[in-house]
Amino acid sequence: MDLSQGVLAGDRLTLARTLSQVENGTDEGKLALSELFSHTGKAHLVGVTGASGTGKSSLVNQLARYYRNPVKGVSEPAKVASISTKRASGPAKGASISTERASGPSQGVEPRRVAIVAVDPTSPFTGGAILGDRIRMRDLAGDSGVFIRSMATRGSLGGIASATAAVVQVLDAAGYDLILIETVGAGQSEVDIARLAHTTIVVEAPGLGDDIQAIKAGILEIADVLVVNKADLPGVENTERALRGSLNLAHPLPHRFMHHGKLEVVSGQPMSPDASETIWVPPILRTVALDGTGIPKLADAIANHRAHLEATGGWEQRERGRLQTELDLLLTNRLVESFRARLPAGAYERVLVDMQERRISPSQAVEKLVDGARDMK
Amino acid sequence: MSDRKIRVLIAKPGLDGHDRGAKVVARALRDAGMEVIYTGLRQTPEMIAEAALQEDVDAVGLSILSGAHMALVPRVLELLKANGQDRVRVFLGGIVPDEDVPLLLKMGVIGIYGPGTLSDTYVNDIRKTVMAAQP
Repeated sequence: MDLSQGVLAGDRLTLARTLSQVENGTDEGKLALSELFSHTGKAHLVGVTGASGTGKSSLVNQLARYYRNPVKGVSEPAKVASISTKRASGPAKGASISTERASGPSQGVEPRRVAIVAVDPTSPFTGGAILGDRIRMRDLAGDSGVFIRSMATRGSLGGIASATAAVVQVLDAAGYDLILIETVGAGQSEVDIARLAHTTIVVEAPGLGDDIQAIKAGILEIADVLVVNKADLPGVENTERALRGSLNLAHPLPHRFMHHGKLEVVSGQPMSPDASETIWVPPILRTVALDGTGIPKLADAIANHRAHLEATGGWEQRERGRLQTELDLLLTNRLVESFRARLPAGAYERVLVDMQERRISPSQAVEKLVDGARDMK
Repeated sequence: MSDRKIRVLIAKPGLDGHDRGAKVVARALRDAGMEVIYTGLRQTPEMIAEAALQEDVDAVGLSILSGAHMALVPRVLELLKANGQDRVRVFLGGIVPDEDVPLLLKMGVIGIYGPGTLSDTYVNDIRKTVMAAQP
């Protein structure tokens, strides 16, 4: 059976099997990927990352529900309605439905086909894994416009699996126009998602650390949208303030404040007049994923970020960066493989023994192997 | 044994809330090097079949302590078949009366593992039948 044709025809079982072949790196999978590649590049890839227990899976569940049903997808009709009424300042057509629709994704009110790739860690000792993200996504069951796939990291340390990019490509080719990629519970440096996604959402929750955590390098730097989830818990103001303080250092904007009873004005970073249009300042949003509070605003922020990328050329730039990362990785693997295949039998092992006995250093070992291979020709 | 990863879905259909057994089995399969997709409580047969399809699993483990196994298990088997997933192996844990065991095995369940089963028993059974069905 031809995998790629089944995927393009929308056959879900073939899609699932293709994803396995691609994840396992089989020849069948590689062939399918190559055949499907020309059909990719259409989906909006949205990464969702953050520490364990911040509510990433629940947030992904609510977001997908909202995209599938922009009007009543969120399980909190009263609040959603009041937010959307406030925001719809344009000439209302009178009908309450049109006011509510104003809060839907700005791409239009068409329900979008959503794929979810949820990554959980593989045990470094046994190679096994518990993939538990579906537990929070039961609301999406029975909707044929949603496809959820769990992945184990299989030894990869950057927060996603090394095959995640390829799995996402297959889902893109299958016609899912929004792909939510949930990383493993990521602490500080699992930033690979930023190289894969167009839009990266970093999820925080109250009570996870002080403002020093917020100025450390790493995960906060990759955020296009910052979410403080569990915003119904105490401490949400402190978390938000720490994040805002950290963001202000990265994107100094003019602001005024009272200091010892005196009004201080800080002019912010000198900017050219059009710079404010090219710089994206990550919004900080509060959500409660359990009941859906704040989800419409989060969807708006995701749509705004996409519009920003498209207006500033950032979309192409990220596409290019992503493809380059993929090319470099594949090239490196392939070159190492073919280089080792060309080495005379035992050369690699001999150099390894020399190193172990401290006769040569690791960099001398590389010199020796590379020079040796060159002399052979 | 090849180094192909065995993927197993662990689900609790029906209305009882006793999920300790399902979690212990999930953990044991993880420690045996399998990838376990855990779906949690109160799944319908339709939800289980859909998850098994999307995740392209090799086996499905059902934990039932409510006594509804003679209604739920055939339904899950039927839906898996309807989805073209005949090769997915189904095993059962929980409380199953002895007289139902032969009936369930006849339906195609590969094993029924009640309280006190050693984890090696079902780990080996799953590995053997999955590898036999699709190496």
